[in-house]
Amino acid sequence: MIADLLLAAAIAAVATGSVLARRAFTAVALFIAYGLLLSLAWVRLAAPDVAMTEAAIGAGLSGVLLLGAVRRLGPHADAPANLPPGLLLTALIGIGCAGVAAALGAAILWLPEPAPTLAPQVAAALPTTGLGNAVTGVLMSFRGLDTLLEAAVVVLAVIAVWSLAPDGGWGSAPGARQPVVGRGPLSLLARMLPPIGIVVAAHILWVGADAPGGKFQAAAILAAMWLLPWLAGLATPPRIAAPWLRMAVVAGPVLFIVVGLAGAAVEGAFLAYPPGWAKPLIKSIEVVLTASIAVALALLVMGPPEPDAPR
Amino acid sequence: MSLLANGFTIVAVLAGLVFFVAGTAGLLRFPDTSSRLHALTKADHLGLGLIVLGLLPQVGGVGEAARLLAIWALVMLSSAAVGPMIARLTRGQEGAE
Repeated sequence: MIADLLLAAAIAAVATGSVLARRAFTAVALFIAYGLLLSLAWVRLAAPDVAMTEAAIGAGLSGVLLLGAVRRLGPHADAPANLPPGLLLTALIGIGCAGVAAALGAAILWLPEPAPTLAPQVAAALPTTGLGNAVTGVLMSFRGLDTLLEAAVVVLAVIAVWSLAPDGGWGSAPGARQPVVGRGPLSLLARMLPPIGIVVAAHILWVGADAPGGKFQAAAILAAMWLLPWLAGLATPPRIAAPWLRMAVVAGPVLFIVVGLAGAAVEGAFLAYPPGWAKPLIKSIEVVLTASIAVALALLVMGPPEPDAPR
Repeated sequence: MSLLANGFTIVAVLAGLVFFVAGTAGLLRFPDTSSRLHALTKADHLGLGLIVLGLLPQVGGVGEAARLLAIWALVMLSSAAVGPMIARLTRGQEGAE
């Protein structure tokens, strides 16, 4: 109980610090700490799947994306030292904040008791999927459409980042060319960690059927294992014009949609799995989807394509 | 036997916590980046190592023990790599000023 209170207080403190920080880098560093503390809170709430996703995507990947944004923005990222607001504005801000606080408090006080839950129905229907992890069952079967849309959003995000390409950059390799670090700790890490990380990612993907884990967590780790050698200058990303790269990004969602349409033809409902085929189909989709999401996440971090350096 | 194992766990985890407290104090109180990194890596290596060692008698099987040890090894690898990188970065900045 005391530990939980300390954890909650630490989360609130780090969140406040992140909002109040004047320098963008400080705000992002506190935001990453906030994500890690939040994943501890999810562990305490007995939601290890959410905790892993929060640590991998919420803290890790978002943190890297935000750090990249801070570096690109340069001095413009820091909050300007603007004048304090006038009396009227201060009063309006106070009223607005009090209103939000009152609404949140009312919402928490009026929560129905007991809380509405679909957990018993999920537990009762889980054996039909052949899965042991209820979270994977919900994500891939009962609410498969949500997961399909999530995967599609990642593809859209890649398209959005690529469309920021400067003149002459379209089709070339994404991101700034990283200087080659021949020796030293980064180079060592970039050589030693990927074999371990790829095994860990495959493990997390595979146990996701019956234990905490799954494709987004595995994809985030795989993406990091590609980004590390890229940062060390050891791996050159492919040109975004490469057909195989575009195929890799869309393969997962496309397979998901094809299986969904097949379900519509055979079982009469989009994304319905034939009896007995649920688990193999789900694992096949997850494997391909993991690869697609991993490539997409790495491309998001690398950024828009840059014009080729004049030779 | 379980009394001995539990006693070992308590002693080792407490010793690990001492290193974490000392590392945190050093991170907050030491004057420059290099000394702060020095304090931090002690917490990472020895503190986490002692906690992992202390938890080993409590795990259910070889697999769990291997995972705990792997976490320790990975944290040591990453902090051993990140420490020199931060140190080089700050040395470059301090040299430029």
